[in-house]
Amino acid sequence: MSAELTAPLAVTPRHELEQVAFDQAMEARIADLLGRYPTKKAALLPLLWLCQDRWGWISPGVMRAVADRLELAPAEVEGVVTFYTMYRPQPPGKYVLQVCSTLSCQLCGAAALIQHLKRKLGIEFGQTSADGRFTLVDVQCLGACGEGPVVQMNDDYHTRLTVEELDRLLDGLR
Amino acid sequence: MEPILLRARGEANSRSISTYLKLGGYNALKKALITDPADVISEVKESGLRGRGGAGFPAGVKWGFVPKGSPKPKYLICNADESEPGTFKDREIIHVDPHMLLEGIIIASYAIGATTAYIYIRGEFQREAEILQQAIDEAYRKKYLGKNILKTGFRLDIHLHRGAGAYICGEETALIESLEGKRGLPRLKPPFPAVVGAFGCPTVVNNVETLACVPHIIERGAGWFAGIGTERSTGPKLFCVSGHVNRPGVFELPMGTSFREIIEEHCQGVRNGNALKAFIPGGSSCPVLKADQVDIPADFESVAAAGSMLGSGGVIVMDETVDMVWALENLLAFYAHESCGQCTPCREGADWALDIVRRIRRGNGRPADIETLLRIARYASQGMTICPLGDAFCMPLRSFVEGFREEFEAAIAKGEPPRPTNPPVLPVRHDQRMFT
Repeated sequence: MSAELTAPLAVTPRHELEQVAFDQAMEARIADLLGRYPTKKAALLPLLWLCQDRWGWISPGVMRAVADRLELAPAEVEGVVTFYTMYRPQPPGKYVLQVCSTLSCQLCGAAALIQHLKRKLGIEFGQTSADGRFTLVDVQCLGACGEGPVVQMNDDYHTRLTVEELDRLLDGLR
Repeated sequence: MEPILLRARGEANSRSISTYLKLGGYNALKKALITDPADVISEVKESGLRGRGGAGFPAGVKWGFVPKGSPKPKYLICNADESEPGTFKDREIIHVDPHMLLEGIIIASYAIGATTAYIYIRGEFQREAEILQQAIDEAYRKKYLGKNILKTGFRLDIHLHRGAGAYICGEETALIESLEGKRGLPRLKPPFPAVVGAFGCPTVVNNVETLACVPHIIERGAGWFAGIGTERSTGPKLFCVSGHVNRPGVFELPMGTSFREIIEEHCQGVRNGNALKAFIPGGSSCPVLKADQVDIPADFESVAAAGSMLGSGGVIVMDETVDMVWALENLLAFYAHESCGQCTPCREGADWALDIVRRIRRGNGRPADIETLLRIARYASQGMTICPLGDAFCMPLRSFVEGFREEFEAAIAKGEPPRPTNPPVLPVRHDQRMFT
């Protein structure tokens, strides 16, 4: 799974996301999404994914645009965005490192990876490195317990990691 | 046992529809679509197939709850939210044989009269979602999905719906809320989803592995399926083993295989030649069992008789080096984070218990802590909360404290008494918002 190099996230800066509009390509995707459910509201999670894929995170401006498009209150959209841990209400680094810290991975040495990452990147969980490259996240069970310890980098799982392999992985990134 | 659910493991291009067809795939669908839906349900009932997501409810009975003759649309939802710590079997099915799952979904939809099905997949499984989307596209092209499936007039659309990071959405009513575009807060039951589910309509939610069994039952018969495993826990089961074993992974074995055989033979024993200390038999929410219980057969009844649950089949193995106070702290941190916050006993109880166990590990434990932990385990479980997440943290809590009480007592005795200058330990929300 981790054979190909993980692509960096395209993160749109905050000032460009104060107000957003959906272009034609996105509108086509939205029309497709709306056709999948009997209610407009049900398209909320997939539309938020679409926005996050497009802009890298979900700003208040994006939330307003989504609310308008689905005829929901902005507060309702914000409630959903903040309930789910994977929607990012702040701009992330180019690489989001989610380190699994649940039991099976911990039994297989996740603590060493966590300690190493914090030291190497100089950040704590929930923070982004000063150069904007890495965001470190403490994640609950990733569902790949047989291959622990597991780190998810953007969309890719990296399994059975050692500190050395992790270093090789990070140093090989663009 | 011949591999059934994982029969394509090791085949070249095992995920492609051509490999699936070569191995006899979609034959069961052909058979099902010329059978009366009620007979399909009867066949699944007779097979004894029980839900593989954790609860073990008979799948055919669940299908039978969908009201006949209701004018409302019906929905079939495949639960691919796999989030129970220690569980990674559904991911394996998706990686090895996504069409087997799709065939199960199509047959189940036909049986209950659904023309729309959703696969709710956890957000982290983006690669798995891509695999499934590719399989769905292939199935449409070959007319196994769409308007007139195999020219029988039956139509079905399958849509993928990605979650976004919430353990609670594996609970079926929270999953439905999430599908509807809301926060994943479980609903009160009754009404059960089979009557009032997604969008107010009758809905069946089945786990990936449950649905993957369905084509085999239809093709080879209920009797064949019921002949595998034990009398009341029938069929093959995927056991996913993690933690301190030499060969962790997913193993397909008949229900009723002993945990000793799973750990010693299939996983080649405990790592480093260490002694087994404890194991969680079916995902982290199931009470932990001790090394001397390793001869228990892994089926629903035997594990229940031993005071735990077969759950999802996620076996977490711990060797003699594990500090059980540490392990419980880890699990409680999970539940404290994942409680949806609706019900006070779960929201406060998980945090409170975590707080106490942390305090014990930091050397500030108090003799009364053990009783307090057991009291929390009593008051946040067994019907005190809307959904089973209360039970899900209370079961490890009670079983760790009762089963390994001496370790907790020792940790408390070893600790220094709390200094009066210490600030009071307040319950904190361990709400790990991604960015600060």
